[in-house]
Amino acid sequence: MREHAYLNDTVSLELAEEKCTGCGLCTLVCPHAVLRVEDGKARIDARERCMECGACAKNCAFDALKVEAGVGCASAIIYGWLTGKEASCDCGGGC
Amino acid sequence: MPETQSAGQACGCSPANDPPAENQRARQGGSCCPTAAAGDEGQLNDACCPTNPGADHADRGEETCCGPAADRCCQPDEAARRRGWERPGHRLWHFVSDLLPTTVGDVPQVRTELAAADHAGRLLMRWGIGRDRYRIAPGLYAIGRPDAHSEVLVSANYKLSFDMLRRELAGRNLWLLVLETYGVNVWCAAGKGTFGTEEIISRVRTVGLEQVVKHRRLIVPQLGAPGVAAHEVKRDCGFRVIYGPVRATDLPGFLDNDFQASAEMRRVRFSTFDRLVLTPVELTGLGKSTLYALLAVLLLGGIGPSIFSFDGLLHRGGGALLVFLAGLFSGAVVTPLLLPWLPWRAFAAKGALVGAVTALLMLLVWGPALGGANGLALLLAVPAVSSWYAMNFTGSSTYTSPSGVEKEMRRAIPFQAAALLIAAGCWLWAAF
Repeated sequence: MREHAYLNDTVSLELAEEKCTGCGLCTLVCPHAVLRVEDGKARIDARERCMECGACAKNCAFDALKVEAGVGCASAIIYGWLTGKEASCDCGGGC
Repeated sequence: MPETQSAGQACGCSPANDPPAENQRARQGGSCCPTAAAGDEGQLNDACCPTNPGADHADRGEETCCGPAADRCCQPDEAARRRGWERPGHRLWHFVSDLLPTTVGDVPQVRTELAAADHAGRLLMRWGIGRDRYRIAPGLYAIGRPDAHSEVLVSANYKLSFDMLRRELAGRNLWLLVLETYGVNVWCAAGKGTFGTEEIISRVRTVGLEQVVKHRRLIVPQLGAPGVAAHEVKRDCGFRVIYGPVRATDLPGFLDNDFQASAEMRRVRFSTFDRLVLTPVELTGLGKSTLYALLAVLLLGGIGPSIFSFDGLLHRGGGALLVFLAGLFSGAVVTPLLLPWLPWRAFAAKGALVGAVTALLMLLVWGPALGGANGLALLLAVPAVSSWYAMNFTGSSTYTSPSGVEKEMRRAIPFQAAALLIAAGCWLWAAF
């Protein structure tokens, strides 16, 4: 199957290597295999696949990962623009 | 309600306020048949009539399963057994096959086969019909006959998610801890935080899970991870979170393989089929405002040299409506299906391209009849509408980042708006 690729130069994922213990939980929760553990440290392997879901940062007990997590959904972002609140999808079905 | 109770006792029917005992009875012999000797009248009737309605019948002086009619009642009767689980104001889901008494009360045992109603419900959900009401009560459910050593799977209370989960678990003994996600699937609920650390901790406490199982493990779907901090769950309620695979279909393999998920089981894909099943909701999800706008366009179509004509409404307004539908179809159906094969990464660009192709095809057919201004309007409007709806498909996709979507929106919306405005100008000008 063809892999999907999306706009990648805006991704906010950051890894503070000195805090990483290499536990590997981030590699388990990432739905797009963005991260990989090598020599006892996590590495950002495929930044262009990151969708900023926030699973890795949320599950990092050592605070080594940071990402501006949110929903990658146009109507959620419009909702955010219009209301000034955080982007949130209250679409019933698709998402 | 002392009256009802005494009526119940007169008949020997037990009021339904003692559920565990009642279930035990219901299971004995698979029906309401008592094991007690027939000579013991009181006990017979008590065992015979686990249902509340018995009390009502007694009130009206009818004899149903109490007394002479008891013979009929003593057939193994699934319906009667289910009536025994009735509670005032509650409705039992068809997927409940039994009620298991546990230290924390009755736990519904759920079937692993889907019924016709489940399939019908799924079809309705695919079209977004009744979407807001498709939820089950959060709490503890059982698959098979789990015990204190059985694993606990955590899930959302969107019934479609629940159905997809239980149908993969045939022949197993497991607990299902269903969280309150307000009828939203695991991944979206995790993104919003409703499928999250706090809800897991409070649900574990509410159901009294530590009294149900001896171990301290929870199997949480991987897509719940954006809302769940495994280390905080462990710290606050003692349960260790084990992340299961992305898809429920991979759960049997995961459970049989010492909780090891292959790399592929941990990847989210977005197959042509995945995209296809999402397109109907894109169409039915059009808001009221869109419909009002279309009505306005239809009325605008009637404006012309004769101020307003019904003929104009039909032809010009109808034509504009057709242009909208062509754009909608290009952006919300064709673009999602062709997604990986279309050039460029921005959904808005992909949609504009498909819209442009559609517009050119339409011009080939109707171009000569339309004339210059109308033709230009069509050529601008279809790609603009298509681009807009394609951009909105980012919400259904499984790989777009919020920062990327925002970036493409900031770029695309001015073009979409300008194209639509010029198209509208040309279209109105062509009327005169």
